[in-house]
Amino acid sequence: MDSKLFPEGTQRCSFGQFLIWMAFLFVIFVWGVYGATLVLYNGIGTTGLDNIFGFGAWITFDLAVIALGAGAFFTGLLKYILKIKQLEKIINLTVIVGFCCYAGAMLILVLDVGQPTRAWFGYWHPNVHSMLTEVIFCITCYLIVLIIEFVPLILEQKQLNKIPFIHALAHNMHINMALFAGIGAFLSTFHQGSLGGMYGVLIGRPFAFREGFFIWPWTFFLFILSAVGSGPVFTVLVATLMEKITGKKLVDFKTKSLMGKIAGSMLCIYMFFKILDTWAWANGYLPSVGLTFDQMFHGFIYGKWLMFSEIILCGLVPAIMLVTPSIRNRPGLLYTAAILDCIGVSLNRYIFTVQTIAFPVLPFESWQLYYPNWVEYATSLMIIAFGFIVISLSYRYLPVFPLETKLNYQSGD
Amino acid sequence: MQTIEFKIKWGMVIDIDKCTGCGACMVGCQVENNIAPMTKKDPYNYVQALTWDRDDASNKTKTLTCLSVYELTNGKAFPDHETAYLPRPCMQCGHPACVPVCPVVATEKTEEGGIVSQIYPRCIGCRYCMAACPYHARYFNWWDPIWPEGMDKGLSPATSVRPRGVVEKCNFCHSRYLDAKNEARQNGDDPMNLADGAYTTACADICPTKAITFGDLNNPEHKVYELARSKNSYRLLEKLGLAPQVYYMSKREWVRKLGDNYNADGGGHGAPSNSHG
Repeated sequence: MDSKLFPEGTQRCSFGQFLIWMAFLFVIFVWGVYGATLVLYNGIGTTGLDNIFGFGAWITFDLAVIALGAGAFFTGLLKYILKIKQLEKIINLTVIVGFCCYAGAMLILVLDVGQPTRAWFGYWHPNVHSMLTEVIFCITCYLIVLIIEFVPLILEQKQLNKIPFIHALAHNMHINMALFAGIGAFLSTFHQGSLGGMYGVLIGRPFAFREGFFIWPWTFFLFILSAVGSGPVFTVLVATLMEKITGKKLVDFKTKSLMGKIAGSMLCIYMFFKILDTWAWANGYLPSVGLTFDQMFHGFIYGKWLMFSEIILCGLVPAIMLVTPSIRNRPGLLYTAAILDCIGVSLNRYIFTVQTIAFPVLPFESWQLYYPNWVEYATSLMIIAFGFIVISLSYRYLPVFPLETKLNYQSGD
Repeated sequence: MQTIEFKIKWGMVIDIDKCTGCGACMVGCQVENNIAPMTKKDPYNYVQALTWDRDDASNKTKTLTCLSVYELTNGKAFPDHETAYLPRPCMQCGHPACVPVCPVVATEKTEEGGIVSQIYPRCIGCRYCMAACPYHARYFNWWDPIWPEGMDKGLSPATSVRPRGVVEKCNFCHSRYLDAKNEARQNGDDPMNLADGAYTTACADICPTKAITFGDLNNPEHKVYELARSKNSYRLLEKLGLAPQVYYMSKREWVRKLGDNYNADGGGHGAPSNSHG
């Protein structure tokens, strides 16, 4: 029915099958829209957030998807600026995944701020001392960059591309893409860092506070490194999931392995500094404010196992796996390392968001528990459904994977 | 950022040994500052009526008070058991954690007197300041404020009401400061050199045991000047370097020790139990 719209030389499932898949995603999306409506109409009181946990599941979700979406800027940087040609096999997907992650984070932020119609105040009354101001600047600008990077791919759609003007426009945008990749890398580096800086500057929160370099606390650099250490393999996981769902080969393993190598190298650097930072925090800063490492953890929910899982099981282990060629070159092990890596960075964002606030700084207060309610889950799932919808539509109608025809429909290599 | 100093430094000294934990300060604060009571029903919101109720005052984690009274105990069994109450307004820190983090300059410490302001029409409700404040002195308007019929007639004309979705905090009853300065001008006095007691907060006014003393910490003619410098005075979490302008005093050592974390002598964090009032 819609086969004329498919990318050149490819096959897709029937339109009916596609509609059923989209309907399934749409149901989840609508559930989230219902939750979002309640939040916008009745108030944020609808959620599980409270005066202790002003930040919760939404901020954790935002930070995690922004870190995992880092594949877009980092791969763009390597492909367009450092000219690593191999990455063109997956660059389109990194842009789409990045777009979904950032657009999703922005949508969640619309719900999370109490007065979303005042969101533009970040530009009108900016506080140059606030890390969050920098995040507002860079995230909004970078989303525009991602849209600019996504547009040429849409223009390359088979039928659209037949129009000479659109063809020329797409071609010219491609030629200048290095410029946007450069701007994107700049913006993204800074806001990934500022998201970490947001926690590091909290002088009143010993769990998160860090010394640093000039105006940037160490968390600024750690968040950049952890994002580039996980974003590329998240894209690999998305590509692999798409392969499992569609039953086709979309990206050659050589490219996936290269992405794993890139993420693994960055993850190794990150782990080195993360362990140093944690050690210095536990032995230097905490005693200086009358606290000990043990006091930073409590019971099972806030236990040390969280931090050790993050640093060892989901940090050191995938880092070693990804930099070791014999492990990385086995698909099963590459994907396992990638999953651990992505869990690790998400866990890091969760710990910095929730445990920082849960720790009672006043000696006469006690640890507080936070339970996100269905509204926060539903709206977060809405964003995931949104991502699936965008990727499904892109896969069906846009030439996302340059190697798809070669890997599936042509004989030989 | 260095500690911000002013010629006038409004501050409080709260004598914990005098506090009975009656909660009058909380009530006085709510009335003075037009803080709406928590109501389950919202008669103006039909969507709310179709779904489920809002939080009422029984949910302390969503209640808005600006000033909270904590119950402290020494953690010992009878007959050595002792209790104390600690009212906690905003500390108006000299080196505030909340001010530099606000992305839209909705909270400042720039006015003479050193009160940390909150600009409600500019606040976007991101709650970053709440995450920054270790004293939990900042509160969020989770629901639309509603005054049950009749109660709206008791609203103070001096204080603006706030919409849902913004953060608010104690501002040492700032409108009373403006009134005191105006009165001084009318009487031909210097508004920058107010007499002790010319400007005071609602919580200090209402306290039946006079546990809260308010005044200029830099002015030797004000009672707080001496009190803040007494040997039994201390501030909460001094080690963090936030330089609060609210002092506490108690003759009991265990009360004073609960003001900060101590890891060296084992008497620090988490030892005595507590509850949130």
